[in-house]
Amino acid sequence: MATEKQIETMEWAGTSPLPARKSPFSRFMKKLIRQRLAFVSGIGIIGLIIIAIIGPSIIPYKITTVDYQYVLQGPSARHWLGTDPYGRDLFSRIIAGTRISLSVGFFSVLAGAAAGTFLGLLAGFYGKWVDSIIMRICDILFAFPGMILAIGIVAILGPGIMNVVIAVSIFNIPSFARIVRSSTLSARAALFVEAERSIGAKNRRLIWRHIFPETISTIIVYFTMRIGTAILAAASLSFLGLGAQPPSPEWGAMLSSGRDYLDTSPFVTLFPGLAIFFTVLVFNLFGDGLRDVLDPKIKD
Amino acid sequence: MLRYTIRRVLGLIPILIGISIFVFLFVHLIPGDPARLVAGQDATVKDVQLVRERLGLDKPIPLQYLTYMDNLLHGNLGISLKTQQPVIHLIAERFMPTFWLSFFSLAWALAAGLLIGVVSATKRNKWQDYSGMFLAVSGLSLPSFWLGLMAIQLFAVDLGLLPTGGLDSWTSYILPSFTLGTGIAAVIARFTRSALMDVLKEDYIRTGHAKGLPRSRIVWGHALKNAMIPVVTMTGMQFGFLLGGSVVVETVFSWPGLGRLLIDSISYRDYTVIQAEILLFSLEFLLINLIVDIIYGFLNPQIRYD
Repeated sequence: MATEKQIETMEWAGTSPLPARKSPFSRFMKKLIRQRLAFVSGIGIIGLIIIAIIGPSIIPYKITTVDYQYVLQGPSARHWLGTDPYGRDLFSRIIAGTRISLSVGFFSVLAGAAAGTFLGLLAGFYGKWVDSIIMRICDILFAFPGMILAIGIVAILGPGIMNVVIAVSIFNIPSFARIVRSSTLSARAALFVEAERSIGAKNRRLIWRHIFPETISTIIVYFTMRIGTAILAAASLSFLGLGAQPPSPEWGAMLSSGRDYLDTSPFVTLFPGLAIFFTVLVFNLFGDGLRDVLDPKIKD
Repeated sequence: MLRYTIRRVLGLIPILIGISIFVFLFVHLIPGDPARLVAGQDATVKDVQLVRERLGLDKPIPLQYLTYMDNLLHGNLGISLKTQQPVIHLIAERFMPTFWLSFFSLAWALAAGLLIGVVSATKRNKWQDYSGMFLAVSGLSLPSFWLGLMAIQLFAVDLGLLPTGGLDSWTSYILPSFTLGTGIAAVIARFTRSALMDVLKEDYIRTGHAKGLPRSRIVWGHALKNAMIPVVTMTGMQFGFLLGGSVVVETVFSWPGLGRLLIDSISYRDYTVIQAEILLFSLEFLLINLIVDIIYGFLNPQIRYD
């Protein structure tokens, strides 16, 4: 068996005289492009973001325009995806709903990741009682199944999309805290941190300048992987009537209002569901690819 | 093994206390006066005061917690604000339908997930692997409420093969279990694939090949047994997903179980029932993970001694 050192020399010997230096970003992009599916889903995500930004201003109908002459019409040239029970254009509403789902997914994971990262860094860096307290609280939060915790929080705060964001971010905290804690533990033991400490660096500097950057690739991978789940959870809560309330064009809420017309007009439930499925799918595929490129250690 | 089990059980005590505090505080975290909530919106000030005294809400919070714990340990979960029945009766009625639904969902999810995972790992980078993993990532991305509604539309409304919802006969279990199990089957398939691929790289697998064991015997007899260790843990964690998912799936299929009771209680603001249900769900989750930990200890002797 070749030792690591030997492998290193072998690699150097094979690339003569010196390998062209590539920036870390271009190496990352090259690897990502090799993951074709992830690359395609990355383009899908960019597409969704563009729709979320400009969508509401280019849709053919206003999302609140009620037209009782065209109630529950199937897809046609006039209404591409048909109309809902109030004669509102489904295509326009689904496009408008993109912004809601993407921002709910993004901000709820962002808030959970920020709080979880902070707690994980503290726990991993300071150890001892700080670690015990933070990790015991995480254990308790983990003991509540995610959706149940979110439903409980919404039951306290009351229904509404903002409260769903809060609920979903709280259930994201413990998993981020755990993952960041374990990368902090390995980073803290690294030689360069030891060296920095020995020249008298302050803890704050050690954490933010040296340890945090070491954990960031793990955080990014996990962040992407959680967005799909967060969008699904938020749509489920809205479907249950706990999240966005009608007439909001949130996909879960739209689907829920189409339920009663399932046997006569299945497209009212079909299309919002497809939108959720497609969005969550591209985030999951992209997250998988990103994990393989950046941090193959994390599994699901 | 016994010592390991005892240690696991003792380790749960602080978590149990933590959970009970969270769940106890639940009613106090709701904005507004809990006594007024119980008495109802049009109760007089005097009625509210009476309710407050009857429920002991005028006592200091730590004392209220001790009373709550005392009641809890005697199996008293309080009275439903809506039906005025003991909460424990409401829950007992709904327990078995949810239990069986979870059981059937997990059973088919395990069977399908293991099969897809093993096929994908052994046919790595072939079409079987790609289609298996595409199925899995799709299963992970499907909103269960939508899948359930589409299944109702196809199998119950269009084809008329299965009931649209409710619980009347064994056929009522098919569509809800299928819907609830899909996401879990997907996770198990992905996890089995990666665990099995790790094991297939081991030296003893190469030894097996070298001494001419049939491939099926290596995969099913040797590799899978070792790959199962992480899969078992993962399956335990999926129970949390199962319990949360049951709320959604039970709502879609009008299932007479705990999940729908939770949603109904939220719309009636029946806080004692919500509180009891959250407690029950998390206890169930902890209990299942305890069982999983113990199975894990059996499968992997190393873990017992750390």
